Amino acid sequence: MTTGAAFDVNKVRGDFPLLKQQVNGNPLIYLDNGATSQKPQSVIDAIVRYYTTTNSNVHRGVHTLSQLATEDYEGARAKIRKFINAGEDREIIFTRNTTEGINLVAHSYARHNVGPGDDIIVSNMEHHSNIVPWQMLCEEKGANLRVVPIDDTGELLMDEYEKMLGPRTKLVSITHVSNALGTILPAAKIVQMAHAHGAAVLLDGAQAVPHMPVDMKELDCDFYAFSGHKLFGPTGIGILYGKAEFLEAMPPFMGGGDMIKSVTFEKTIYNDLPYKFEAGTPDIAGAIALGAAVDYVSNLGFDQITAHEEELLRYGTEALSSIAGVKLIGTAAHKAGILSFVMDKAHPHDIGTILDEQGIAIRTGHHCAQPVMQRFQIPATARASLAFYNTKEDIDALVKGIDRVLEVFS
Amino acid sequence: MPQQPDVPLDGLYGDLIMAHYRSPHNNTPLDDADVEAEEFNPFCGDRATLQLKLDAHGKVCGVSARSEGCSIIRAATSILSDLLNDKSLSEVEEMGQKFRTLMQSGLGEEADGLGDLLALQVVRRYPVRIKCALLPMVALEEGIKAYRAKTH
Repeated sequence: MTTGAAFDVNKVRGDFPLLKQQVNGNPLIYLDNGATSQKPQSVIDAIVRYYTTTNSNVHRGVHTLSQLATEDYEGARAKIRKFINAGEDREIIFTRNTTEGINLVAHSYARHNVGPGDDIIVSNMEHHSNIVPWQMLCEEKGANLRVVPIDDTGELLMDEYEKMLGPRTKLVSITHVSNALGTILPAAKIVQMAHAHGAAVLLDGAQAVPHMPVDMKELDCDFYAFSGHKLFGPTGIGILYGKAEFLEAMPPFMGGGDMIKSVTFEKTIYNDLPYKFEAGTPDIAGAIALGAAVDYVSNLGFDQITAHEEELLRYGTEALSSIAGVKLIGTAAHKAGILSFVMDKAHPHDIGTILDEQGIAIRTGHHCAQPVMQRFQIPATARASLAFYNTKEDIDALVKGIDRVLEVFS
Repeated sequence: MPQQPDVPLDGLYGDLIMAHYRSPHNNTPLDDADVEAEEFNPFCGDRATLQLKLDAHGKVCGVSARSEGCSIIRAATSILSDLLNDKSLSEVEEMGQKFRTLMQSGLGEEADGLGDLLALQVVRRYPVRIKCALLPMVALEEGIKAYRAKTH
């Protein structure tokens, strides 16, 4: 850990080759980290190194390369366990992404534990991936999807949540950080309240893990899902954490190779954790590179990352709030680095296009969170989302870009 | 850098498009329309609503065109509305086909008759936004289909 050393954002930026490029004749200002993050050279190198030196299948061969690949793959699992402070390596399941983790819990846990008339609770600020699997399951089981409302700042209404919890609550599946609003939810409290009613809890950590330390023991959630690509790792790899006692009791999600101990046509014996949930050849390079991403983030240290991002968020919030005709959507007291906004005179897509001409990448649209847009009665927002490699100059460029939008739409 | 299509870079927010965006033409609703058309794009909340009144010869004699959303859909809807009068429904569809070709593949041999819709080819530089430009035409085509199904 390099905690204590001054955070040198320019040095950090030097680790990200993509950030050096020009877009539309301007230096790239990358403010779309909520959609996906850029990758440090060490992550790119890990992929190249794997394919140039150890490429081989895991858990199968007795030959040297297969053993090396297996060591690296399992080494990555151990790094990730440590990164989120889970108790055991076997509680870390490699998936494709957050969505797959949520679907795994829906199919393998909820399908066997939710029945007619039972409740599944989500919030009004979920990503579609934490709504649709539960709608599908509720329809199949005759269960009810209950939605905890939010206030005008994007804060979860905890007293409404409290009222919703009851003996029929079987599962609470809530985001840790809202992708559209940036709200950091009181996750530990949400878990504690659900457990008091005997309900299991899944947290969607996709937008949380890049910004803050997450600690499975502290949160005490039963499941936690996140994606590698938002955490400076590659696409195609994600993590589902599950408490061992839950995962042990759950049937496999997919059948195939690696998830079995023995197969005859009469009976198949499933493999132990975590392999029971990793059917087929996994994304070995992706897992190893995610391990490298976790190393990178851990070396920077969340003390520094969080302090830098909080300062940027404060600076950005102040800058955008002071522009007439710009309105921030999502103004909760505790936020991760997301600045969602609308403008009186310009549609978000026009904002996005005009910013793009200046090399500024933001996301525009409903952010796969249409219920949030409905809650605020807007069709879409423009969203600037931060990472630790962003600078105050990036925010200044954004403000200048918005000035240009105002000029065009004056 | 990815190669950009060979179209003028200026003009997406040029005078013509912005003029239509600010003051859309023909936006008074008709209460006796023959063809009713509406199309919605949930991705960005764009909506185009068009109405046509037909005369005894089946030619357009009244137009209403309203839209919500970004500059492109609003300009496209307004520009389109100026080109509909005195056309038969088949001629409207023919123009739609030409416009679609223009937006998807660039200027064809027969781009005549598209009038100010030609200004929208600048949108080809922004592939994800082509569907915004096409939305009012898609609405109209669906509306014409529904009208034919109803009257035949």
